Formats: sequence, C-alpha cells, structure tokens
Amino acid sequence: MTECGAEEIVELRINGTGVRVRAGTSVAAAVLLSGEPVFRRSVSGEGRGPLCGMGICFECRVTIDDLEHCRSCQILCRDGMEVRTA
Amino acid sequence: MSRGFGADIVVAGAGPAGIAAAVRARECGRSVLVLDDNPSAGGQIWRGEQSHGQGSFWLRRFAGCAAKLITSARIVDGDAQRRRLILETQDEAFALEYGKLILAIGARELFLPFPGWTTPNVMGIGGLQALVKSGLRISGKRIVVAGTGPLMLAAADYFRRHNAVVPVIAEQAGWIRLARFLLHLAKHPGKLCQAAVLRFGLRRSRYLASCWVEAANGNEKLESVRLRQDARVWDEDCDYLATGYGFKPNSELAELMNCRICNTGVDVDAFQRTSQEDIYAAGECTGIGGAELAIVEGETAGYAAAGRNDLAEKLFRKRSKARQFAAALERAFAPREELRRLPSAGTIVCRCEDVVWERLESMKSWRSAKLHTRCGMGPCQGRICGPILEFLLGLEPDSVRPPVFPARLESLVAANEIKEGICQ
Amino acid sequence: MARAALNESSFDIAVVGAGIVGAACAREFADAGLRTALIEPGVVGGGATAAGMGHIAVMDDSEAQFALTRYSQILWKQLAERLPADGEYVRCGALWVAADEAEMAEVHRKQRYYSERGVPVEILDSHSLAQAESNLRPGMAGALLLPDDAVAYPPCVAKFLVNEALELGAKLIQGRRVAAIGGGTATLDDGTKISSLNFVLANGIAAPVLMEGLPIQPRKGHLVITDRYPGFVQHQMIELGYLRSAHASDIDSVAFNVQPRPSGQLLIGSSRQYGSNDSGVDAQIIGAMLKRAFEYMPGLRALSAIRSWTGFRAATPDKLPLIGPCPGREDVYLATGHEGLGITTSLGTARVLADLVLKRECAIETTPYAPERTSHPLADARGSVQIGGARGSVQTMRSI
Repeated sequence: MTECGAEEIVELRINGTGVRVRAGTSVAAAVLLSGEPVFRRSVSGEGRGPLCGMGICFECRVTIDDLEHCRSCQILCRDGMEVRTA
Repeated sequence: MSRGFGADIVVAGAGPAGIAAAVRARECGRSVLVLDDNPSAGGQIWRGEQSHGQGSFWLRRFAGCAAKLITSARIVDGDAQRRRLILETQDEAFALEYGKLILAIGARELFLPFPGWTTPNVMGIGGLQALVKSGLRISGKRIVVAGTGPLMLAAADYFRRHNAVVPVIAEQAGWIRLARFLLHLAKHPGKLCQAAVLRFGLRRSRYLASCWVEAANGNEKLESVRLRQDARVWDEDCDYLATGYGFKPNSELAELMNCRICNTGVDVDAFQRTSQEDIYAAGECTGIGGAELAIVEGETAGYAAAGRNDLAEKLFRKRSKARQFAAALERAFAPREELRRLPSAGTIVCRCEDVVWERLESMKSWRSAKLHTRCGMGPCQGRICGPILEFLLGLEPDSVRPPVFPARLESLVAANEIKEGICQ
Repeated sequence: MARAALNESSFDIAVVGAGIVGAACAREFADAGLRTALIEPGVVGGGATAAGMGHIAVMDDSEAQFALTRYSQILWKQLAERLPADGEYVRCGALWVAADEAEMAEVHRKQRYYSERGVPVEILDSHSLAQAESNLRPGMAGALLLPDDAVAYPPCVAKFLVNEALELGAKLIQGRRVAAIGGGTATLDDGTKISSLNFVLANGIAAPVLMEGLPIQPRKGHLVITDRYPGFVQHQMIELGYLRSAHASDIDSVAFNVQPRPSGQLLIGSSRQYGSNDSGVDAQIIGAMLKRAFEYMPGLRALSAIRSWTGFRAATPDKLPLIGPCPGREDVYLATGHEGLGITTSLGTARVLADLVLKRECAIETTPYAPERTSHPLADARGSVQIGGARGSVQTMRSI
C-alpha cells in the first residue's frame, strides 16, 4: 500500500507491451485485461485460454521470465515480469 | 538438510474444509500447518471473499487461530509410510513430515465437451469466477452461464454484482427435478431464502430448465453460443461462456498415498479417517456436498486428528443433515443422457493432446484410450478428459503416479531433503 | 511338429502376450500363412512395451547381441516405411556420451567395432558434441554418434503389427489370461480352451508362470517424462556408464539416458533394480536418476515433469533373449527375456522365431538365443560372464 492508502499498482510486460494492474491480480487476469484471449497454441495449433481457473487444466500456460509452461491463473503479477503468450 | 517436523497436523488445502479443520485442531492445542496451491486461502469458494458471509467469518477465525499457512505451495508427492509430503513453491521444493495429515483438497469442475468448447473465453463457472476474483474486469460483458447446479445462480449473481450482463442461465436439469429439489430446500429455510434472494437479483436473466449449450462459436475468441431447450434452438451473443456440469473430487493425492477411494471420492469413516493410518480427509474430496458439509467435515477431522473424538461426535448430527442436502443435490443435478450426444466426431475430448471424439468413442478401457491415442497423457494427466470418458463411455480412470501435479524435475529430487522446523 | 485332430478352434500357433514381441511374432506367422492366435489379457502393447523407452539401438555387448540388434534395426527401417504417424518412428540417432578420456577410449573402441561391421558411426569431439547438443554441460570429452539409431512409440507399433496380423488372418483373443499350457491346449482363466499345434510364450516376466524354471527375473526400471520442450535435446543420449548399469546384477543402479520425443517431450531414464516386484514409483530411485541426469544436462532442473512410472524388463542370466524351442516341450517356443532391448529386437526376434518354426534359413545365427543353452550351467544373476564370446568383464557399479 502507498502512504495515502491507495491501491498498489504492479507493472509488467505482456508480449512486449507494458500493462498496469492492481496488486493481487493474477497473470491470467492481466493477459485477458490486455485484450489477448489466446494464451497458448494446442498440439494441433488451436488458440486456447483459461478454462478451470484453478491450476488443473493447463490451458492458461504462458512463458514468464523465460520459464515456459507457467500456469498463469495461479501466479500473481510482479513488477517487471515478462509474460509471453503463444 | 537435517530432519525436522512440519507440524502435529498438516492440512492440505485452505478451502472451507481445511480452514475449519485447522481452526478446530488449533483450539485443541495442536500445532497446525495449512498448505494451499493458490496465492491466498479460502479455496475456490471463499478466496477473495469480501462480504460478511460465512466465508469471511471462517477466514477471520482462521487468521486468528495461529495456524501456519503456506500459500502457492503445491504438493507433488506423498509417502504415507514415511509420513511425508513433497512440496513445490515458486522457488524451492522440500519435504515435510506430518504427525497427522488432513486432506482437504477439494474438487474440480466437470466439463463436458461440445463443438467449440475449446474456444478461448469458454470457461468453467468457478473458472470464470476465479479469474474475476483475481482481477479480470467484466463490467458490461455478456456472460452466458450454462451447465447444472446451484453454483450457477451464485456465480451468475457474482457476475451481475460485478456489472456483467447475464442474459441466460441454462440449467440442463428439467423442471420436475428442480421442483423436487426446491421441495427439499424447504427443509433448510436458510438455503431457500438464499436461493430466492439470488433469483430475485437475477430477475433480468432468463433461467431456463432443460436447456444446454450445443455449440460455442467464434474464431480464436468466443462470439456466441448455440442453446437448445427442447425443440427450440437459438444463438445467444456473448463475451464469455461460464459452463460446468458439476464436480469431480480431487482424489489423486489420496490415491497416490494408498488411501482407498470409493464411488463418491476418498473413502472415510465416521471420524473422517481414510484407510491409511494418520491420514484424514474432509470436504469435497470425499464427495461433492457443498460448503456447509465441507465445513462440518473439516471440523470433525480437525477434532479427530487432535485426539478429541468426543468433540467430533457432537458434530455427527449436523453432518448427517448436511449430507442429506448433498444427496438431494446429486439427485437433482446429475447430467442427463442427451449430454452424451453433444460431441461430434471432430470435437476435441483431450485438450492437452487434441484427441478428438471419433478416435475415442470405440475405446473399451481408459488404458487403451491413453496408450493408443495419447488421451490423458498431457500435463493435466486425465483430470479433465478422464471424467469426460467416464461420463461418455463409462471408462474407469488409470492409476495415479507421481508427481501428482507437474513439478520441476529438481523438485522430484527433494524427497530426501526435509525442511526443518516449519512450525514451532 | 505333432499333428492334433483338426477342429474349429484349432490354430497352428498361438502366441501368448500381445506386447511388441508377441505382436511382431503373430504378424510373421500370419504372413507365412499359419493359422495364428494372439492371446492378451490386457491392452495390446500395454505391458513392458508401454513402460520402456522405445529406443531402437544397436549394441556391442556381444556378437550375438550385436547381430540381433543390428538385424532388427534394419527391419525397423523397413517397417517405418509403412508405419502410421502414431508409431512416431524418428531416426534421430544416438549419442553415447563420454565424460572423460577413459570413456573416450571406449568411444574409439566402439567406433572400430561398428565400423568393422558396416554400421554407420561417427566420433564427435568435445566441440562438435557441444554443437550437436547445446544443453549438455560443457567439458564433455566427446561422443559416439550412431545415426541409424531411432526412437518409436511402442504401444502404437504393437497395435499396428496386431492389426496387420489380423488382416492376414490371425485371431486376437483379448481380455483373458492363459492359465496353463499342456497337451496342445492353452487353458484361459475363464476355462476356455484354445487348441493349437504350437505355442509361443511372448509374455515377458510372466513366462515363468507358464513354464516353471525359466531363468527370467524381473528387472525394474523407472522413467520420467516432461512437458514439451522442442529442440532441448536432438538425439537419444546415453552415458557410457549405462553399460555398467545394464551389466550389474545385484545393485540398484541408475544411468543417464534421455530421449527426445517427437512431441518435444523428454523421456528421462534409466534405472535398474533386481528383486522388486512392486510397481510403485520409488522416490529415492527417481531422485538418484534425476541427479545423474542433471550432471549431464543441468538445464533439465527447471523443466516440468509430468509423470513418472515403472516397468519390469524380463532379464536372463546371460543378457541374451530366449528365442526358440523350449527345452523339454515339443510344442512350446519362447520369445522372451529381452531385458532392455525388447523394443529394438522385437522384429528380429519374430523373424528368427518364424525361421526356426518354419525351418527356414535365418539371416543371422540363432544358436546364441537358443533356450536350451540355459539347461547348461550358466553364470547366474550375480556373475558377469557371458556366453558367446562377449568381451564383458565385471565393471564397478555406481551404487546409490
């Protein structure tokens, strides 16, 4: 929290573009907020996005700070994060 | 690393059952460590809870009970003989030992496939709700809610309160079943009131029985859904489809630790004990029954694990009553026969490996489906497609193997490294 | 061959076990015009066939092992031409990795061995190895490259072979287990009797159940598979210490072995244990196996593992399979005991066995695999002496 009690903002980059979200926002929510519905490409090339929201379906996988296959629905945004979708 | 103890009682899962278990076990003076794989406690239903309901009541008690909580920690393996769990967090992996273990690992939504169900912005009912709770803004968005069960009303109301428009709530159960369920609800006036309040709040939404989604349309992003109610079929424009057909217990960790699994979930006795010594289970993982039942089961397990069977016994009657509600839920909302005919030949059934229905419909066993089509071989390890094949073909799932969730390879080496003194 | 009275259910040959070995055998017999039955209690290719790595390898442990693996490797190349995509046959080649100069000397010895026998082979020095596999840790001495080595997905290959056998007239009897064989009849666990002039035991570690005294011991192995990381590994890679592990008889051992799947997933092994018939995953073995793998490829640490599992190899005392007539049983043949080479040598085994049954000339010498050799005093599981002119001597094991 900042001194005056306003909500903390986190800045991260999604596919190279800067995005500002409230602290406590999941990476999945941030990706959707950035206007990108496609998180990954399936085995046959289909665009996919989050389904279960609880880390079970693996459809929300993105690359975070060069680490592939991160389940974005269970990871909170951090300052300076680099997120890449498919 | 040297040996150390995790806690007298380790609770896996910080949802209603886990929280209730922790609170009661702490009351009995035991040291308690609670683990959850999400960034905060509350489980699917209470995470991010702001209002003054039952959830925030229990969350406050939990915060004040001095149980230790580790969030964003995923259990990847368990050894019942050594009384050990292997955990993975963002940055490390370690083993911890338990005196007693309470599995409150919850349930997941049951998804049924239909053409277009893999389109982005088609999500679970709890799935979309979880995303909104973690920051997705849905103001002004059109959300069709479809599937089955009372969760749909609660979720639709949640969406409405976040300024989304919910034009349709499509319930696959027919009116007769719903009416019977309402009659049962009359025995629980509190619940009946709840339902009425929800329905009133959603008066601008059409709540349709015997109605389901036949197809989702959109190229790389949802544009509309095709709904059917009896003979009537129509398209509804929408930004999101929130769909789910009930729940499946998360019994995999229990099975991995050699706990007996029965047809409802993890098999437990009157004191919530599993077939494995010193392992208890409570909540949705023992059988789908809703938050109230999860709470009282959690309390029972917490007392029993703390050695206070006398206190646990006092909850039996309350639990019985809550179980009746659970049984009524199951009768009313079991997915109907027509849903078995929703997938077309080219509909993807296994999303991890893109295995389509026509390759699976003649399979005689889960194992042959898996080995010969790769269905279930992806990272979800059959959690999504397994229940689908169970519903569509009656196939029983395969055995569970570690890691119980995908984990970093280096975490699988942590089995012998015990974390010291987590809980003093 | 004894002739039984012909009736509706008679077969010329009944193969017990539809793993990849049994499937290949059934296909050969059906192709030769024999009335063939294939009996499988579970899923086609669902036993050791599904558990193993699917590496189609040439090996130089002994002349006999070399002959069978090389012959099989060539048969695999021919099969690949008609194998469907789900068989996932890829000729990615194998690298036997040398960590130091002592191992490099072994690389040179192997290169000479294979060269003399017409197997394509190349030596990579430290620099070219680093270029070929950028995720190996720096400082490796070099490697032996075998470009003809391939990988495949055995359960679907087994299924394909079964389907070919069926098209050629064979009959698959599925869901029932053979309880006993005697007097020209196999009795199934539901009481059904299958009459056949001949039987083939291709049921791996279960063979001794039907034929008491067969010198076959289960040798448990562990594997881990990762999520998709295309390009992380290019070749099947094995440390030279693998051979010590494969030789060791009574110590639990691990050795670095990684395979790139066409999906981009990495299959990581390997481990060997005697005396266990518990199919549960042993976390300590997995830990030791992965620690060894990290020593060769540190970048593996951060990759996501999806599943681990175990399987049981059928091991014989002299490390060669049993292919041929069962001693003392006129109508029973054996096609088992392949240890870690079942996938590779399935095709060669089927050819050899078919040649023996049909009294055809075989492309390779068949006596080293003759089951009757086991009725002579043979070094038991504790020793390391091999029959058939092998060069092996006891090598110290990396115990865990």
